[in-house]
Amino acid sequence: MKPEELLSLAQQLVERAEPGEQIEVACAAGQSTTVRVYEGDVESFTSASSAGAGVRVIREGREGFASAGSLDLDVLLGTLADARDNSTFAEADEWAGVAEPDGVAAVDIDLWNDLESVTADDKIKIAIDIERRVRESDSRITGVRTAAYGDSSEAFALASTSGITATTRATGSSVSVQALAADGERTQTGYSWDAARHPSHLDSDFVVERARSQATDLLGSTKPESGKVSLVLEPRLAATIIGVTAGMLSGDRVLKGRTPFADRIGEQVAAPGLTFADNPTDPESLGADTHDGEGLACRHNSLVTDGVLDGYFYDAYTARRAGVSSTGSAARGTRGLPSPGVLALSIGAGSDGSMEDIISKTDFGVLVFSLAGLHSGVNAISGDFSVGVEGRMIRNGELAEAISECTVASTLQRMLLDIERIGSDRTHLPSGVAAPTLVVGDVSLSGA
Amino acid sequence: MIENSLVEQTLSIALENGGDFAELFAEDVERSSVNLDDGRIENLASSRDRGVGLRVLNGESIGFAHTADLSEAGLAAAAKAASQAARVNGGAKQPEALGGQDVSPAPVAIRPETIGKADKVSLVQAADASARSHSGSISQVSARYADTRRRIQVANTDGVNGNDDQTRTLFAVSAVASGDAGLQTGYESVGLSMGFELFQKYDVAELAANAATRAVTKLSARPAPSGSMPVVIGPGSGGVLFHEACGHGLEADLVNKGASAFAGKVGQKVASELVTIVDDGTMADEWGRYAIDDEGQPAGSNVLIKDGILMDYMWDGIRARAEGRASSGNGRRQSYRHLPMVRMTNTYLGQGEQDPADIIAGVDYGVYVAKLGGGQVNTASGDFVFGMTEAYLIEGGKITAPLREGQLIGNGPRVLQLIDAVGNDFEMGPPGTCGKDGQGVPVGDGVPTLRVTELTIGGTAA
Repeated sequence: MKPEELLSLAQQLVERAEPGEQIEVACAAGQSTTVRVYEGDVESFTSASSAGAGVRVIREGREGFASAGSLDLDVLLGTLADARDNSTFAEADEWAGVAEPDGVAAVDIDLWNDLESVTADDKIKIAIDIERRVRESDSRITGVRTAAYGDSSEAFALASTSGITATTRATGSSVSVQALAADGERTQTGYSWDAARHPSHLDSDFVVERARSQATDLLGSTKPESGKVSLVLEPRLAATIIGVTAGMLSGDRVLKGRTPFADRIGEQVAAPGLTFADNPTDPESLGADTHDGEGLACRHNSLVTDGVLDGYFYDAYTARRAGVSSTGSAARGTRGLPSPGVLALSIGAGSDGSMEDIISKTDFGVLVFSLAGLHSGVNAISGDFSVGVEGRMIRNGELAEAISECTVASTLQRMLLDIERIGSDRTHLPSGVAAPTLVVGDVSLSGA
Repeated sequence: MIENSLVEQTLSIALENGGDFAELFAEDVERSSVNLDDGRIENLASSRDRGVGLRVLNGESIGFAHTADLSEAGLAAAAKAASQAARVNGGAKQPEALGGQDVSPAPVAIRPETIGKADKVSLVQAADASARSHSGSISQVSARYADTRRRIQVANTDGVNGNDDQTRTLFAVSAVASGDAGLQTGYESVGLSMGFELFQKYDVAELAANAATRAVTKLSARPAPSGSMPVVIGPGSGGVLFHEACGHGLEADLVNKGASAFAGKVGQKVASELVTIVDDGTMADEWGRYAIDDEGQPAGSNVLIKDGILMDYMWDGIRARAEGRASSGNGRRQSYRHLPMVRMTNTYLGQGEQDPADIIAGVDYGVYVAKLGGGQVNTASGDFVFGMTEAYLIEGGKITAPLREGQLIGNGPRVLQLIDAVGNDFEMGPPGTCGKDGQGVPVGDGVPTLRVTELTIGGTAA
């Protein structure tokens, strides 16, 4: 379905608003394929189309929401009735409401790359080639647990009684592989992936080499001695850590006292030199978008500049409650209500050179390959941070033995202040984040 | 949900251009939830999701398509798409006639949809009031009520034709305590495969008080130690240890791909003789129970490890078919939009004989973990992590100071060997959602008190 057709459907529901009632309807429809291959053959080929709508109703300050996995008008009318019914049980809230138009113009970014010309055979070939190349890359690679190609195209439309209308359409493709390597008893894994708006832009050389090196470099790994180390985080992992921290700057968390960064604007919360923002207007980011989940234009929102906290990010509700304007940061799917989110995190480059330069300047540290248990080991309210780590020790500027079955711990508040180096190697990542290499000092390594 | 004649017609279309097997999975899920945060009812939400997934097997290749269009034409289009995706190459196959079903869906005493929304709202309000009145340090509370009714129908060209009607009800409360040293959190949740009778078993005010106590206790907690030491795991939530340490590694799909540290070890001693681990999808009322799995097989009670000896892996239809054996009833999927794979149900380590107090008394210096959060495992290496959400130091055989949150890390196969005490106080833990390859399914787990002679605690204290 085209975005314009979705919009017209959304508008048909919005037009049914009763006096004094606000309605917002978000509709999405899309197609996706996923190919998984194993040992040179297709393991599964999934061809899917999806459609859904989320309806939000606010009556006398009471908000209700309902969603459906269909775009059938009868179903949508039932969903609107459900949302109305749900609203009668909510408590009145003076700030509840849909977003109001704010006059900010959306950037003109084309997120669409036609996938029609990519055949099923092309898709299968991409996955099979990646799998074969990883298997052949190194004699210590014993297998590939999974190699997959996926792509999707989605149209989205939103309309509300405040007069907001927005449409977007976007395509994406990705490839991923998990390699297995063994020598003797232990098997190690290396995972790697890439994403692009069109499969022709996927970097398969990078994916193959990274899966190979991550799996094989961990062979013979041992449990290290416990002690304090510097963590060297390549851009992908720097993005993970700063991403968690950026999430703590949500207007919702600030209002509800669920973040250690509340009431700290203007304070030095991070090492000088660290700058990050949410910038979905950057067309180079795969997180780029024209509109947020409430139909407001996406914009550049500065969060931390040179270590000083600049501000928080808001959707319409949290902004009204905080007495500020929405920063166009509503994140949502059609199945849920909007809430403030970081859409395209952008971390500024530093001047400490490449990863190699940084390793050579590190006396005692860990070059991290992967972090495990981020969902269970990071508490975004207290800031307590403790996660499993695999990687290689760095001693006197040289890479040393591989390590596994160990953790690194600190608090997110301290880690921001303990950033020792920021690389000049800022890159755009498949997750949509742009990040450089970061070094975080004084982290507890727990092992033997 | 879908008439037998239409099911048969759709399966015939799925195989009309070839393929070895076709399956129709229909699902109708109704959810309702109430969320309270910051002292107010934030939202009441409800949703309904219906659809069908069609799977065609061609050799070892699977073609899969799904649709929310349950009309005859919609099902035919999905069947053709699945057939095309399976890349079948000619030769129509006649499906077996649809059979019957021996197992019945679990009974529900009080259907949640018969309860007014106002009653659900008053539950979360009661939790909020209880947590806030518990201590002046409680600065924030959120509470959630949710129920799900999931009806499924599975039919395939081998003649399987089953239905299930699964109701799950959940209540969770989270408290934030604020003190000089910052913010701390406490969480408590209960969830069972039953209806509103859940609240005859549990008092939401008490659950909220538990969450509040956890948060307040951690305000004065010291940083967790760093390094290897003996660890005593408390009853209930410690079951996640076995879910991660060995459960995933015993899933036949991972074993088959050489991605399990337990591959090739059936019949061998893989754990201390104190260890018996069972995956049981039939456990009445438990979060991970069902009558039939998402491939139409009755749930099983499967002994995975008995007295330290590896007995068997867990199986879904695809792996069982490939190896000429029966499925163990572990084929599950998140929704009709997903392919089934081998998943756990309710996984537990069985009752031991020791008094829990003696198990703690046997530790000179170590950690007592009263409550575990989620975890993650690399099945190939066997390394796993999980979060301690309530933990204490053990000094001189006694539980002493509360500890801040931290992660535990260990190696599954090794940890199984290092269990030197198992208590007589078995409990099931809180409801969990297990993630694998991007799909989440409800699971339960449980353990009695047990001791591991050595695990690495990922704290910051020297």
